[in-house]
Amino acid sequence: MPEEIYHQTPAAAVAPRKKLIEVRNLVKYFPVRAGLLQRVQAWVKAVDDVSFFINEGETFGLVGESGCGKTTVGRTILRLIPATSGEVIMDGENIFDYKSSELKKMRAEMQIIFQDPYSSLDPRLPIGESISEGLRIHTNMNAQERYDIVTEMLTRVGMRAEHARRYPHEFSGGQRQRIGIARALALQPKFIVCDEPVSALDVSIQAQVLNILRELQRDFGLTYLFIAHNLSVVEHFSERVGVMYLGKMVEMAPRDQLYSDPLHPYTQALMSAIPVPDPTYKRQRILLEGDVPSPLNPPTGCRFHTRCPIAFDLCSQQEPEFKDYGNGHYAACHWLETGNQGASKLTPDNIAARKGRDAAEKVVH
Amino acid sequence: MEQKNELVLKVRNLRLYFNTRGGPVQAVDGVDFDLRKNEATVIIGESGCGKSSLAKAILRLLPRNAGIYDGEIWLHDQNIMTLDKEAYRKEIRWKRISMVPQAAMNALNPVMKIGDQVAEPAMIHMNMNNEEATKAAVRMLEHVGVPIDFLHRYSFELSGGMRQRSALAMALVTLPDVVILDEPTSALDVLTQASIMNLMKRMKHELETAFILITHDIATSSELADNVAVMYAGQVVEVGDARRFFTQPLHPYSHALMASVPRLREVVEPEFISGQPPSLLNPPTGCRFKDRCPKRFDKCDEEPPTILYDVDRKVKCWLYV
Repeated sequence: MPEEIYHQTPAAAVAPRKKLIEVRNLVKYFPVRAGLLQRVQAWVKAVDDVSFFINEGETFGLVGESGCGKTTVGRTILRLIPATSGEVIMDGENIFDYKSSELKKMRAEMQIIFQDPYSSLDPRLPIGESISEGLRIHTNMNAQERYDIVTEMLTRVGMRAEHARRYPHEFSGGQRQRIGIARALALQPKFIVCDEPVSALDVSIQAQVLNILRELQRDFGLTYLFIAHNLSVVEHFSERVGVMYLGKMVEMAPRDQLYSDPLHPYTQALMSAIPVPDPTYKRQRILLEGDVPSPLNPPTGCRFHTRCPIAFDLCSQQEPEFKDYGNGHYAACHWLETGNQGASKLTPDNIAARKGRDAAEKVVH
Repeated sequence: MEQKNELVLKVRNLRLYFNTRGGPVQAVDGVDFDLRKNEATVIIGESGCGKSSLAKAILRLLPRNAGIYDGEIWLHDQNIMTLDKEAYRKEIRWKRISMVPQAAMNALNPVMKIGDQVAEPAMIHMNMNNEEATKAAVRMLEHVGVPIDFLHRYSFELSGGMRQRSALAMALVTLPDVVILDEPTSALDVLTQASIMNLMKRMKHELETAFILITHDIATSSELADNVAVMYAGQVVEVGDARRFFTQPLHPYSHALMASVPRLREVVEPEFISGQPPSLLNPPTGCRFKDRCPKRFDKCDEEPPTILYDVDRKVKCWLYV
């Protein structure tokens, strides 16, 4: 059973394992052009100084609301879009320095599974062709060898060899997503970015796709970057989790630690908002006021301070440092720097102590 | 037994088939459910099970290829299926039953100000003049938490949550008896989702309205639900009290669906339902879930009856005969 691998104790998870990917100070700004000359008017700060690492053979979950830059992180790591600055170290080399021939080699080792299984397959290509396209580009295999691999990959994702001749429209969403997985796998990559692989699927088949990803990871020793907005799915699938808000990583920790003791106020609010399928379940839910600010003009200091129920003066002036608060539990919050354990907690008492009773009643429901 | 709220809507044996080249698609096939005042009935099901068609059937928004369309829809004491097209449009649609369509946040008119857009149904259906309608719109926008200065803005200037609130205000401005919400929160982020759900809970109690919530998101729906109807392949396979449904689902499909929901801080891994839902063009005879059902037995080849279980729960399965 794969459970044994995924239910490791936090201590084992942070034990010195080999880092496969290390992302250092990744920055991606998108230009906003306007006017007759298409001059750059502003920059969308989609990803702003994000650092993290992914160990070999693990699943790193990346969560956040839409527009927080999680997909951009995934795509810049793969060099599908060029980064503004920063480094991505794989096997001791910065992949942003690669020239075309090295880049081509790298592309075979890093693949992506897209979110939308309806638009990520070429509708005019039989799926066997889609799956073998990478093999044609990156290897010297003949048609028969390629076909053998296509058959093997289709079988691995629970489909049949004769499906190879069919077109995408003949398949359901779940099947298409499995075809997408087979395509990502054909070149036997080391690292796969899974960009919301199950969010477009019905809940009744999500677990099937996740089980396939898990089996493949066990059999081929794959490393995943698992991007998702659903915190419950990430909890079941990842070993370590990073939380992003408005282009910044605000918290990163081994899974069990993050879910049992979220340090950053944003993570706490996010977790309290997760729906539970039980009408009798009573809980304290933290509702943040306002909307996510625009990444065109993000707030100064801590980017969360405009919505944080316990923000104080320093939060709007200085950016908190993203650092390790023990056992690989990273977070960026000024309250944590005071050294007081419970200072960053969004409990009614804590909010009341900082902002008054009224504020606490407004936020905690 | 606690006092029950007044019955607002009673749907009996509702059918809606679509004519296609391949034959009739049985999108809604004999659906029964009840809705009471200040309560919400949640319709849960996978994509393609006919839940959005059910919404269209209730509001009589039929596409051109609609075929068989019959059954009974009782709104209070009136069977609204007997009304002709024009009478339905004048007396029922939006005045007494309104709807927040799927992806409502993208369904707003981009060249019309939010205030005008919310006031429009009041002018058309309630015969209000411009001034009265604007007043009603302002009142309703305040109610759903849209700041008043948004009145003169366009939909693209608003965030997803605010657009969703505006769409809700548009459905509520005529103070209808029933509001149908088709996937109201599925395109929103968790935090926005939570605040919209809170808002709808409040609306349910404050206004004299009953909600029909159509969704595939079982976890979110549990917050609003008083009653649950599970749809599978065009039919309601289980209907009943929400509290008991979520703790103890009856139909094997409901079981499997609940087991597939990933839950937070839960050791049990979510499961999946193997196979695919049957085609509604030519659904299998007998129980429509039988090919995917782990508890299948000989009887399942015959059409299962709807069994009354407990006081107010019904299940369409041979296991409970």
